[in-house]
Amino acid sequence: MHQTKVRVAEDALDANTTIAHANRADFDRESVSVVNLMSAPGAGKTSLLEAVFRSGLGDVRPGVLEGDVQGSLDADRLSHLHVPVTQLNTDGGFGGECHLDANMVRTALPSLGLADIDLLIIENVGNLVCPAEFRVGEDLKAMVCSVTEGEDKPLKYPLMFRTCDLVVINKVDLLPHLDYDLDALLRNIESVNPGVETMLISARTGDGVEAFRDWLVHVAEREGVPA
Amino acid sequence: MHELSLSSAILETAVRHAEGRPVKTVELTVGVLRQVVPASLEFYWDIVTRDTVCEGSRLDISVVEAVVRCNDCATEWTLDDPIFACPSCKSTDVEVLKGTEFMVESLDISEVEEAAI
Repeated sequence: MHQTKVRVAEDALDANTTIAHANRADFDRESVSVVNLMSAPGAGKTSLLEAVFRSGLGDVRPGVLEGDVQGSLDADRLSHLHVPVTQLNTDGGFGGECHLDANMVRTALPSLGLADIDLLIIENVGNLVCPAEFRVGEDLKAMVCSVTEGEDKPLKYPLMFRTCDLVVINKVDLLPHLDYDLDALLRNIESVNPGVETMLISARTGDGVEAFRDWLVHVAEREGVPA
Repeated sequence: MHELSLSSAILETAVRHAEGRPVKTVELTVGVLRQVVPASLEFYWDIVTRDTVCEGSRLDISVVEAVVRCNDCATEWTLDDPIFACPSCKSTDVEVLKGTEFMVESLDISEVEEAAI
């Protein structure tokens, strides 16, 4: 028996990236813009989407792909708002995957009804680490960061904060009750991802939700949604 | 959890290149910006490789520091904290040169010779 060295020189996530490109091609073919929405568990992704869908997105027809380790609680909340929601559970694997990858999204494509939507929001599994690594075929990445999480989070999870095109800062209605240094959070976000767009919102009171709604409409319209 | 997902991705790549031959070592280059804990990756490696050609193999991990260059004044520096602003001119127009790698570089494979079978 002897040993041979086999040169590989391949990004370990190449297989995922290839599938992500295939997803993207399918989305483009149907003129669907895609946002990958990420956050820590409980930051308010679903509440934010509820707030947005309550007032609607004008002419933009949204759809949601809901990623959860288990259950359909979030999907149930959104389906009441007459938005097509597809549930994708990740618990088939090793104790439940903590993120969506390109292949999981690919398996859900046939149920998404791409011909009938202009904007797909992929609500990723709540986690500030793994989802940042796996592209799923999105146009843009957005994250929700709530003020109950601590100002230091951008410095602790720079991979997530750096990968996002938008950071939505949620639960600002709680600021009067918290010892929270909002300026420090904004400084930390700027350090990790200089120039990234930020928004202050409260999904509970509705403050600032309009800005996120406009951002989504803008993302969808870039792909040529009829006005 | 992060390392579990990543070790599965490494395994998928290694198995594809091993073409059925038993793997002894997987050489890996990981940039610090990937926030991978090598010890954690090794722990999960032993689990995900069970019943595969990589079972019993070792991960040989080279960690790459993050090197950043300022596009305004061309200063290059090694990142200690995730602060993406030039230490010389404070510009935030900076480019990451190294530190985002997550590469399977090579595999050491055992070749069983005909005579030994």
